[in-house]
Amino acid sequence: MTDIVISVRDLTKRFGDFTAVDRISFDVLRGEIFGFLGANGAGKTTAMRMLCGLSYPTSGSGTVAGYDVMREGEKIKHHIGYMSQRFSLYNDLTVWENMRLFAGIYGLTKRETEERAAELLDRLNFSSERNTLVGSLPLGWKQKLSFAIATIHRPEVVFLDEPTGGVDPVTRRQFWEMIYEAAEAGTTIFVTTHYMDEAEYCSRVSIMVDGQVRALDTPARLKQQFSAESMDEVFRTLARGAQRGE
Amino acid sequence: MAAIEVHNLSKCYGGVRALDSVSFAVERGELFGLIGPDGAGKTTLFRLLATLLNADEGVATVDGFDIKSDYRAIRSRVGYMPGRFSLYPDLSVEENLRFFAALFGVTIEESYDLIAPIYKQIEPFRTRRAGKLSGGMKQKLALSCALIHRPSVLFLDEPTTGVDAVSRSEFWDMLAGLKKRGITILVSTPYMDEASRCDRIALCNEGHILGIDTPEGIVRGFDKKLYGIGAKNMYALLERARRADGVEDCYPFGEKHHLVADEGFDKGRFKALLSDVEGLEIVEAEPTIEDMFIKLMKR
Amino acid sequence: MMRGNFLSFVKKESLHILRDKRTMLIVMLIPVVLMILFGFAISTEVNNVNVAVVAAERSDGVRDAVERLSHNEYFTFKGYIAQDKIDSYLRSGKVGAVVVFAADYDRCAELAKQGVEEKPIIQLIVDASNVNTAGSATAYLQGVLLGTASEQAMFETRMLFNPQMKSAYNFVPGIMGLIFILVCAMMTSVSIVREKEVGTMEVLLVSPVRPVKIIFAKMIPYFAISCIVLVMILLLARYLLDVPMTGGVGGIFSLSLLYLVLSLSLGLLVSTIATTQMAALLISAMVMMMPILMLSGMLFPIENLPKFFQVVSNIVPARWYIDAVRKMMIQGLPLVAVWENCVILLGMTVALLGVSLKKFNDKLE
Repeated sequence: MTDIVISVRDLTKRFGDFTAVDRISFDVLRGEIFGFLGANGAGKTTAMRMLCGLSYPTSGSGTVAGYDVMREGEKIKHHIGYMSQRFSLYNDLTVWENMRLFAGIYGLTKRETEERAAELLDRLNFSSERNTLVGSLPLGWKQKLSFAIATIHRPEVVFLDEPTGGVDPVTRRQFWEMIYEAAEAGTTIFVTTHYMDEAEYCSRVSIMVDGQVRALDTPARLKQQFSAESMDEVFRTLARGAQRGE
Repeated sequence: MAAIEVHNLSKCYGGVRALDSVSFAVERGELFGLIGPDGAGKTTLFRLLATLLNADEGVATVDGFDIKSDYRAIRSRVGYMPGRFSLYPDLSVEENLRFFAALFGVTIEESYDLIAPIYKQIEPFRTRRAGKLSGGMKQKLALSCALIHRPSVLFLDEPTTGVDAVSRSEFWDMLAGLKKRGITILVSTPYMDEASRCDRIALCNEGHILGIDTPEGIVRGFDKKLYGIGAKNMYALLERARRADGVEDCYPFGEKHHLVADEGFDKGRFKALLSDVEGLEIVEAEPTIEDMFIKLMKR
Repeated sequence: MMRGNFLSFVKKESLHILRDKRTMLIVMLIPVVLMILFGFAISTEVNNVNVAVVAAERSDGVRDAVERLSHNEYFTFKGYIAQDKIDSYLRSGKVGAVVVFAADYDRCAELAKQGVEEKPIIQLIVDASNVNTAGSATAYLQGVLLGTASEQAMFETRMLFNPQMKSAYNFVPGIMGLIFILVCAMMTSVSIVREKEVGTMEVLLVSPVRPVKIIFAKMIPYFAISCIVLVMILLLARYLLDVPMTGGVGGIFSLSLLYLVLSLSLGLLVSTIATTQMAALLISAMVMMMPILMLSGMLFPIENLPKFFQVVSNIVPARWYIDAVRKMMIQGLPLVAVWENCVILLGMTVALLGVSLKKFNDKLE
């Protein structure tokens, strides 16, 4: 098994005359926390959609979890996890019902579901909340649960789209600890965020501007390269030069 | 008299206390920030002050007028930008602005000098539909609309949420410009790093105000010693550091973890204890508003 | 508030409507399409109506009549059938009409001629599912048969399957009742609720302008569209469908204006209840459309409904409107003849407007 989980070369997406994603290339290694940053309209969402098998690239090549992004979108979907701030869980279903639903979507057997659910609930200290309606849980808990469910089928890579928006600082950190833990266990994390301090938690960070990847390195080396104090400064230096809006 | 005065204001939805006996005052011409996560009660507070909701308990005045008895007077004096995108997406930039001008019985020309620094940036796109603008541009248009009647008090509910770091920074520059023209601004944000752009801030969580002060004053209130610690494996370090003696708290904080030291903490002993950790470093760190927020939340 | 401002609100609202071309097109097209559909569905020409005859004895008189039927180009004589087969023949569509001669037809006719007894009765049983053909077929049949029996027979006509002889004209008032609710109530409520959903309502409420004025400004363009649709329907009814409208177009128009205001109040009421556009649509569909279709007499005659629904139908405004328009449009009655309906509709309008304005407050709760 290779240690490169995501590998893309010259990945491009055009909508008519508009090049939303312009020949991006990078590799993401197993167990890495890969921060995917960019200004609004830089092409982040479009790029992420291609990597998740939701849309096919116009040109270029790449693999995600060993499957071709040009041809095997459906297979990719089975081997990745996805969590976004907007759609996470069904509020009118209980914790267990949500787990069973998503386990079913990813084709886990009844026994696997039971085992995996017990394991995740145990790790979250949620076992007593198994039959609680998700809607009645605090936001922070929901987000943690949402992440756990995104990993229920043990995907090789989990895509997180602004997972911590609007969450208090304490819960935000608890969430990142979960991410650390998952990465430690070998799951690759691909994450977008608007909080620049969170960019510092990543193993490596890429910054997109006008559809292109303008910078890609560890936070420490990026700060060195741009002689900046923080990732916020790095980001702003790069994004200020952006030509296009959303 | 202060521009905004709030005394023991409370509001319940069903059984949930969205706002629990909140008090503060905002001086004229002040840029006052409400800092806190979702569910802190920020939006409820704005809606109460903008006279959209009736308070269950407590009193408040805006520009000297009571929010209950004089709510009509308040409505012509405040500019309000709700948290959601509050423009007509099917109308053009100019049509939106014209409509809001008409709403307050003014013309764009009368207020042009006030909105110009902001509106000029989007004026080249004045025939574009508001729904087709970028996040930053929508925000500028919404602010122009909120300013069109030259309000004395401006309420901005999470204007920078979901907007990228560059647009956020530009937005705060615009607010600084408005403050210079004497407008009182009450603004909320979930981003702790924006707090330093305010004159004074209130840290809010779950319907309560945890503390009110200048950003510097808030940070000064952090009375514990703070260290930044790092290692090759940051996650393992977190676990180890938490178990060490004299560590009150340890949490991820950007490139380093922040370690809140208790009385019994000794830097040398800590280093010795974790001597097997590869690439261990420990330096003294300056507390930030976020450190204070975490501390107040955990209390 | 200055008048100029009010006009600028109306303008803004008109822009919303004009920019939403698809909805606009649908609203304008639906009535036209419906009217044209009904217009073409109506065929008054009698052609090749199959006729069967029931006669206990094939007397001279009966044979004479059958002779005439068979020679007529519009009718096809399908033979004699038994009394108990009438229903199945009509139902299966084998014949469009059945002529029933009494057993002692010839004798009665003879006696009638001498003035001793009443005229014999010829029963005509007609499939009235196609209203217009049934009507003219009956008249035609009578003409053909009278040639033989002239003064010696009386006709007794039974229309099967559609005893009220509900004609396609009857649908015109129904379409009007429906379309105005669609435009005024549904579209206004959705457009008000949209402002709640988008968040602009918060800004509107915080402005010094009384929201009620904004709401009225919002209603004006929808009212205008409804008036255009109304004129369109009346023109199509008059010139495409040849609906007589002898009761006076002015009366129909005035009554319709009242109904428009009523629909607008209904829309306002829905908008105070619903918080999402989806909810507004659902409420409009369930609370307004269904009763109009089912309980207004548009599809099913009210007198045919179960007693319970007959009572319920009294609170459906469309029922009173459709009934009044039908009377004026088809029966040619003047506006004064339907004063009761007018009073009821006026009462409903006042009540609805009162409740919805009271419910519509200038706060978010």
